[in-house]
Amino acid sequence: MIPLAFDYEVAESVDHAIELLGQHGDEAKLLAGGHSLLPIMKLRLAAPTVLVDLGRLGDLNYVRDEGDHLAIGAMTRHCDMERDSTLGEHCGLIAYTASLVGDPQVRHRGTIGGSISHGDAASDLPSALLALDANFVVKGSGGERTVAAGDFFEDYLQTTLTPDEVLTEIQVPKLNGAGWSYKKFNRRAQDWAVVGVAAVVERSNGSIGSARIGLTNMGSTPLRATAAENALSGADPSSVAEATSSADEGTSPSSDIAASDEYRRHLARVLSRRAVEEALTR
Amino acid sequence: MTQAPEKFVGGGVPRKEDPALVTGRANWTDNIKLPGMLHAVFMRSPYAHAKITSIDVSAAKEQPGVVAVFTGEDLLDEYEKHPRENPAAVTGYDVSLHDRTQGHSVTGETDGADGQDSDEPRSFVSWIVHDELKIPHHDPLAHDEVNFAGEPVAVVVASDRYKAQDAIEFIEVDYEPMDVVTDLEEAMTEGSPLAHEGFGTNEAYTWDLATGDIDEAFSKADVTVKGHYLQPRLIPNAIETRGVVANPDPVNGGFTVYTSTQVPHITKAVLSSYLGVPEQKLRLVAPDVGGGFGSKLNVYAEEVIALVLARRMGVPIKWIEDRSENYLATIHGRGQVQDIEVAADSEGKILGMKVNLLADMGAYLHLNTAGIPLLGAFMYPGVYTFPAYSFECIGVYTNKTPTDAYRGAGRPEAAYAVERIMDALAAETGLDPAEVRRRNFYEPFDEPTDTPAGIQYDSGNYQLTLDRVLELADYEGLREEQRRRRESGDPVQLGIGFSTYTEICGLAPSQVLSALGAGGAGWEMAKVQMLASGNVEVITGTTPHGQGHVTSWSQIAADVLGVTPDDVEVLHGDTAIAPYGRDTYGSRSLPVGGVAVHLAAQKVVEKAKKIAAHMLEAAEDDIEFEGGTFSVTGSPDQNVTMTDVAGAAYMANNLPEGMQPVLSEEYFFDPPNFTFPFGAHICVTEVDTETGFVKIRDYFGVDDCGPIINPTIVDGQLHGGIAQGVAQALYEEAVYDEEGNLTTGSMVDYLIPGAPELPNYTLERTVTPSTSNEMGVKGVGEAGTIGAPPAVINSVVDALSPYGITHVDMPASPWKVWQAIQDAQGQEAGTRDADRSGRPAQAVDSTDTEGGSTS
Repeated sequence: MIPLAFDYEVAESVDHAIELLGQHGDEAKLLAGGHSLLPIMKLRLAAPTVLVDLGRLGDLNYVRDEGDHLAIGAMTRHCDMERDSTLGEHCGLIAYTASLVGDPQVRHRGTIGGSISHGDAASDLPSALLALDANFVVKGSGGERTVAAGDFFEDYLQTTLTPDEVLTEIQVPKLNGAGWSYKKFNRRAQDWAVVGVAAVVERSNGSIGSARIGLTNMGSTPLRATAAENALSGADPSSVAEATSSADEGTSPSSDIAASDEYRRHLARVLSRRAVEEALTR
Repeated sequence: MTQAPEKFVGGGVPRKEDPALVTGRANWTDNIKLPGMLHAVFMRSPYAHAKITSIDVSAAKEQPGVVAVFTGEDLLDEYEKHPRENPAAVTGYDVSLHDRTQGHSVTGETDGADGQDSDEPRSFVSWIVHDELKIPHHDPLAHDEVNFAGEPVAVVVASDRYKAQDAIEFIEVDYEPMDVVTDLEEAMTEGSPLAHEGFGTNEAYTWDLATGDIDEAFSKADVTVKGHYLQPRLIPNAIETRGVVANPDPVNGGFTVYTSTQVPHITKAVLSSYLGVPEQKLRLVAPDVGGGFGSKLNVYAEEVIALVLARRMGVPIKWIEDRSENYLATIHGRGQVQDIEVAADSEGKILGMKVNLLADMGAYLHLNTAGIPLLGAFMYPGVYTFPAYSFECIGVYTNKTPTDAYRGAGRPEAAYAVERIMDALAAETGLDPAEVRRRNFYEPFDEPTDTPAGIQYDSGNYQLTLDRVLELADYEGLREEQRRRRESGDPVQLGIGFSTYTEICGLAPSQVLSALGAGGAGWEMAKVQMLASGNVEVITGTTPHGQGHVTSWSQIAADVLGVTPDDVEVLHGDTAIAPYGRDTYGSRSLPVGGVAVHLAAQKVVEKAKKIAAHMLEAAEDDIEFEGGTFSVTGSPDQNVTMTDVAGAAYMANNLPEGMQPVLSEEYFFDPPNFTFPFGAHICVTEVDTETGFVKIRDYFGVDDCGPIINPTIVDGQLHGGIAQGVAQALYEEAVYDEEGNLTTGSMVDYLIPGAPELPNYTLERTVTPSTSNEMGVKGVGEAGTIGAPPAVINSVVDALSPYGITHVDMPASPWKVWQAIQDAQGQEAGTRDADRSGRPAQAVDSTDTEGGSTS
């Protein structure tokens, strides 16, 4: 429970962080809350030689109304999103999902940017952001680029971020009346999801217009339940159970001491049904 | 000092300990920093079973800050050959004190299991349950063979803990892996890998007990029910991990050892014996201790090594366990396979009970490892009286962390099996679970009463607690709601689970222990001394580690002496202050140690009364003592206060002829019997049949621990105890893989529930005084942990009974519950009753969906 020795650098600005990353290459890790990184360092499963702390970058802690979408600074803490009135009004899914991350201590240190950059398929926010079709703004020595959430997560704990890039902003479309839900299934309130399901459902003349479903912990990355989304498109609300019975199609959940592959698939189906049903009530 | 007309026992006196604890000002072992202190860190085996072929520490010795590195071989000369020679080193249960004091082997093993060549295996064992007990040689640092993952093999001493930890990575150990055994039932099969090959078997011992004619009971039974239950292995998880600071005292040539322990007195004796340090040269201090749950009722390798290093290097040595080590190297609890069978007549009246256990010892015997399951032997009959009982326990070695006492220690296992089988009996006879229990209760009793296990219960009124909990829970209303949910096919089904339990507390009457063939020294010591100011010091041999003895003992002393709790200081946990003591475990502190405080304070009052009579020039028989004031009967104006008397006793210039100065009295209380708290619990669960998730909606408990000292503390013990019971039933399990690696080695994988997972508790009390002590008190430290697991599982099984499900093993995880439902639905209708209990089939439509059905 004692990490290997490391150096600690405080980033004074995003550009400074990029410069520090450039100096240290992939020996460095960004500290953006640290509730995933520090435990694995203490277990000596990770041993970066430099930590670049983004904790003083107060100008990355914001939620802004940008007209058609909301912009969330990467260093916005879960507890701030949980209570943010702009998020509450235009994108309740993010505020609610943030309220389910870890425990109060984690939510007071952990950030949305840290959670996304870590790229853990068992984290809650990535699948919600997938279901929202969010965009991520990324800055590096080569300049700034915007990546769609659907293109960001590449593999287990692996994203498109290069070693000298910093995620700076998350852009989420306003829900504009679309229904939403996040169903997190876990043993204890503080745990990672055994399976989680985010749903965003648009209504059209009493039918389902379109539905987007993000799956937590159903593979090496957060996933969309594409088959179920297709089945739901234009469907009558009475057929949700049938349409979501394909929610696990195309997934590759792991088997571990919490759940078998088969049980996770079952949970994905049940939770997708419940999430879509709840979204239709909102 | 305040003359206190009021009484404090039974009142909600705020805990004196809490301000420091909740503001982070407690003196934990890790807060102790001494000049010149060095830090030890242990290297631990990654293998569960392996020969050590070589260890190279040369590179580690060259690391910055490293002062010394030792292997097991390096320290072999430090240990005494017969470490168990001091009779005080036993915890009170040793059956073979005589043999041990003769200094020869009690195992019959002279050829050196595991390759050691001493006459007697060196071990931490103190409870020798059987003459044939096989004792593995257990040195503090392994040197030729490791037998569980986490066993220490080397120690680095450095200028700080970080440097010591870093140097560990430079030690090179060559291991030759051996076959591993982890599963209890597999361990007992022919050809299984052996945890200790020298024994030729994994069986540590077989221990049995029988009363009445068990064969007759079963031959004339109308019904019999059987259960096969698993007790998961649990990890105690005290919030403060273990830690020790050993400080040499060059002036007297001895040592002060600060250690996070429940048992400083026992540790003193064991360390003295193990290392040949004369007892009078050792001072043991338990500073503020952050919980133990039984895991600190032990003496560990790291404590021995810290003292060895302090002796060898002549400087203070500190070792602090980290959480990962705590999971591997501190004892685990439970770990049993239980077979129970009950014979009854057609009315549900029990005729006999058979119990067969396999109990997981782990790799070695710690102080009480072998004896823990046997504490349950006397508890399986529970609150039910019947004529015939047989019990057999086989202790089994595995290549896993040793087991030992964990809150309840043998009794939660017993309560679980008997309360599960009572539900099976209810189902078999068609009786309500409450009714089948009631039919087998003892009539209320207030005199010691014989039990099927050959002991005597002190007092009991089981009907009262059951009646009250049924009212409290609105049992009829719950059954009505359950019926509605079943009829409507609600995916969330309601479960109602009972537990009517008793337990053995107040360890332990020395004479009764002896009659049970189990050693002695179950007494406890208290000393009550009035200072010249009239304030009070209470010295206790018990060692609180969260229980609030300082508050409770203050209340007890205050009431007897007529002062307030704030006038009383309670001193504990230091063998220089309290040389005699038998420490804290087994819900013994109040019914043994607290009673000793009460009796010592009474002795003070008796002496003070003589002095008061002398001061008032009255006959002693005419002196009354009330509210801190001695007065002459019929002349209340003629009085002196306890303060006056304490001052006079101290000044000693006007005492009765021949009386010794000062008011200071000791009492050594050896109770005539154990105590037997009891209670009735109802757990209400909501089981999501689509996901398998179990939510505890309500928890009702009516407990009887005799008269209570402090209701806030009793409520806290019950809340925490029930939480730990719920944890066992639904969440916690130490899981090992086939290679003997602990896969639940952190708080991420080993699921300790927190406040969000736990219900609000609705608790009430009844008061049935114990006949085992003058105060009538029984103890409450383990009650919740013992009562809760069967209430929870009975509730889950009750919710699932329409599926024909008759059992779900602990922990009843969502996955396991879901799988049970899948398995039940996969069977043809009408065959769902095909299980050992013979429970009648529920009338379930096989085409019904998983959302429950009509029964």
